[in-house]
Amino acid sequence: MKQIQLHDFNGGIHPNENKIQSTTLEILNANIPEKLILPIAQHIGAPSNPVVKPGDTVLKGQLIAQGEDFVSCNLHAPTSGTIGEISLQPVPHQSNMTATSIEIITDGKDKWLEHSGLENYLNAEPEQLIKLIQQAGITGLGGAGFPTHVKTSIPASKIDTVIINAAECEPYITSDDMLMREHSQEVIRGIEILCHILKPKQCLIGIENNKPQAIEALQQAIDKLESNAYHIQVASIPTKYPSGGEKQLIQILTGQEVPNGGLPADIGVLLQNVGTAHAIYQAIDKGEPLISRITTVTGDACQQPRNYRVLFGTQVKDLLAQANTNLSKVSRLVMGGPMMGITLQDTNTPVVKTTNCLIAASKHELPDPAQEQACIRCGMCTQACPAQLLPQQLYWFSKSSNLEQAKAHNIGDCIECGACSYVCPSNIPLVQYYRFAKGEIRQANADKLKSDGAKKRFDTRTARLEREQAEKDAKRKARSEAAAKKQAEKKAQEAANPTPAADSNTVAEIDIAALQKKLDATKLGIEKSKTKLAEAIASDSDKVEILQGALEKAQTKMKDLALKIAQAKKASKATPEATDPASETDPLIALKEKVLAAKTRMEKAQERLNMAKEQNLDTVDALQMGVDKQKAKLDAAQKTLEEASQ
Amino acid sequence: MKFLNISSPHATRAGNTGNVMRRVILATIPGIIALTYFFGPGHLIQIALATCVALVCEAAVLKLRHKPILFNLMDYSAVLTAVLLALSLPPYAPFWVTIVATSFAIIVAKQLYGGLGQNPFNPAMIGFALVLVSFPVAMTTSWSAPSELLENGISFGQALELIFSSRETIDAYTMATPLDVYKHQVGIETANEILANPIFTDTSSPATATGWIWVNLAFLAGGLFMLFKGLFTWHIPVSLLGTMGLLSLFIGWDSDQYVPLSLHMLAGATMLGAFFIATDPVTASTTPLGKIIYGGGIGILIYVIRTWGSYPDAVAFAVLLMNFAAPFIDQYTQPRTYGHKTATRGLAKKD
Ligand code: SF4
Ligand code: SF4
Repeated sequence: MKQIQLHDFNGGIHPNENKIQSTTLEILNANIPEKLILPIAQHIGAPSNPVVKPGDTVLKGQLIAQGEDFVSCNLHAPTSGTIGEISLQPVPHQSNMTATSIEIITDGKDKWLEHSGLENYLNAEPEQLIKLIQQAGITGLGGAGFPTHVKTSIPASKIDTVIINAAECEPYITSDDMLMREHSQEVIRGIEILCHILKPKQCLIGIENNKPQAIEALQQAIDKLESNAYHIQVASIPTKYPSGGEKQLIQILTGQEVPNGGLPADIGVLLQNVGTAHAIYQAIDKGEPLISRITTVTGDACQQPRNYRVLFGTQVKDLLAQANTNLSKVSRLVMGGPMMGITLQDTNTPVVKTTNCLIAASKHELPDPAQEQACIRCGMCTQACPAQLLPQQLYWFSKSSNLEQAKAHNIGDCIECGACSYVCPSNIPLVQYYRFAKGEIRQANADKLKSDGAKKRFDTRTARLEREQAEKDAKRKARSEAAAKKQAEKKAQEAANPTPAADSNTVAEIDIAALQKKLDATKLGIEKSKTKLAEAIASDSDKVEILQGALEKAQTKMKDLALKIAQAKKASKATPEATDPASETDPLIALKEKVLAAKTRMEKAQERLNMAKEQNLDTVDALQMGVDKQKAKLDAAQKTLEEASQ
Repeated sequence: MKFLNISSPHATRAGNTGNVMRRVILATIPGIIALTYFFGPGHLIQIALATCVALVCEAAVLKLRHKPILFNLMDYSAVLTAVLLALSLPPYAPFWVTIVATSFAIIVAKQLYGGLGQNPFNPAMIGFALVLVSFPVAMTTSWSAPSELLENGISFGQALELIFSSRETIDAYTMATPLDVYKHQVGIETANEILANPIFTDTSSPATATGWIWVNLAFLAGGLFMLFKGLFTWHIPVSLLGTMGLLSLFIGWDSDQYVPLSLHMLAGATMLGAFFIATDPVTASTTPLGKIIYGGGIGILIYVIRTWGSYPDAVAFAVLLMNFAAPFIDQYTQPRTYGHKTATRGLAKKD
């Protein structure tokens, strides 16, 4: 086998590894907690759509939320139980936000849904395998959680090299390490399946040389293969953070850089995390969807750091409790690694598909940030930056909100690895400054887009109005001409043969019917856009404003139509020819109907109010006002009825 | 319970700016020892004096600017400026020279520009240049002869007296520096005649200056220590010494006409300048390529001024001139960012 030529990447740091603590014990299945909280958006892409309702019973492995789109991901029940509420719950996010989550009250039986894997994946077409991966709800388990079926759907002809990311360069995290040590054959099997889909010329497993056992295990598993058709090879790389960054690992193993603004596929590379490969194995060979993962639980406050196989949705507090964590000793609770992880505030937050590590850090190991000093332009940050940026320049530009220059200095290429902050002797939280500047740039772009859009909308609107006005004028002219002509004809006709006037009643009826139809359609549209709007608000989408605008427009349209119908009706009634005594309703009956209608309306309003009160919504006041109004109307209607009937 | 809410990275390397500055100060110790051994205790007194003045000035300005005093003093930047300035000054310069130079360095060259990190010019060199231009006599007559050439050397008491009170006896101790001597004699004498002067060591080839050679080697050792500790990168000192060396090889190969290479390298403030002054991060270029250009520029300027200018040593002016250029150099030497075909050059255009 040919020696793999390794390349170095610029910069990088060597923080304390702190990996030994959690590798002394084997992987343990975490307890099944009483309830699981499963956010419907654990991946990049559209949130999935719940397909269960509260009260449903589910089996382990049963689909509970369906991927909304192609770029979305299925979600399955990690164990058997009953669906609790579907509501907003804290999710892993730096901003401590909440998001829609499905609760499962577990029954402890852990009863599987009937499932089976493929007998021999080699007989399956790649499309079929991708479909199975999609059904299993697999996302990248390493970092951002990109749906795996999307990534693997790239045309196989584009991929020369498949790289398996097993570098695990962040301190503390050992979940991939332990997975490879204990399940190396399954991992290799998953990699083979991946290669079968993508047909690469070579497949490299990039792994930092601080994991000799894992390297050994993988090598043995590879040696056991009957045929290594895709040249799967272990590449032991020097330990240096962030060698596990996608771009850096590609650079180390291929010597090539992912072009700016491009994808690894542009240089014929596809990268998958080693945990993802294992999940693929489970989905294809065993037919098991992705419902659990290996998570490292570590940190000084944790009495026995180790790796657990954790069901998704397990709340952090349950996991910490199982690991005997002294919560009073925890000063910082980090989900992910110490370089790029997020801090948690709420131990109710669940473990999700991307949770590779949980650090219950004491004040001693992750001290509170030191006071920021002046930048002395020492350039240590420049030396550490793997993206070959000039962090200190970015810092000055970010600090002064000089976004133009920050962009020109390629702030967008910063991978937020934190190497610069790590080395900075002045303890400047550089990455925080960059995040701020990036946010500002995003905001500025969005604003620009919006104002550009608004201008465009304004222009099209003016053009449309002008056109409509012109059309109207033309029509009016035509009409008046036609009317004049008709008048003349009529006169002539009348003079010739006096007959009753044209049947204007039918015309009016047809008009009304058409209008009614339009009205109905508009109403339907409004309903639809209302639900869309609600969804958008729930997912914090930026479409909210647009949808709101559309809704308002539809509503005015509806009002217009209703008005027109009423007018048309009036007109048709007013037409003397239409006055049909039979259809003339008795005023008393009409009034009674009115009262009845008012009553139902009021009951409905009351019902809504009660519901709102129960759920303690803040719409109670508004609804109360509505009920009062309806009541007043009802009273008025009753009064008129009484007066009329006397 | 309340956990810390902070975004990544969570791990940072221990230490602060003070550690960096202290290490640089530490690295000057071999040089200080050599200077004291060969030129008497003058520098020790100057360092103490300059440090006190620097700290007082710094504290006063910090107070005026309503900045935390102790926190900022603890970054040791004022102390480092004082030490480097004192090492550049002649050992027996009168006290008021030191006070003027130091206070100007701290108050004007550093704090008036916004304090640490904001000053475009190396404060120590501004202070040095100011007194060099303003008090040329005091500055050129205060270098002592190497103590080997003095009968009894210079005692601490004598040193104090020279610096603080009577300068009547100063002529007994002082002497022109080797670079000065060579430069002025080379027009009249041959190399061998010049080197007969006892301030040069006997071995005429290669020419070296008594005492100075050890001083420079000591600063070189301190510089290598810092390089090893990663306090700066190799770029500036290597390109500075490299250009100086090349120039004196190509232009000054004839030691009967020009100061020879060995004296350029191992006399005067060359090593102090190359490793301690040109590498001052605040005022130097920060990009890898920029540092090479910056260091090379200083090397050229030192050679040019030493050879054709009116000053025998030129580190201060060379550094200050390149300080001017550093921001500009930085803009045009940005490294190529990962994944980009070419590097950005210059600042973004305003549209
Ligand atoms: S490491 Fe810190 S102090 Fe040094 S240049 Fe970078 S930002 Fe400035
Ligand atoms: S966080 Fe950004 S600027 Fe800092 S080292 Fe990483 S890539 Fe470079």
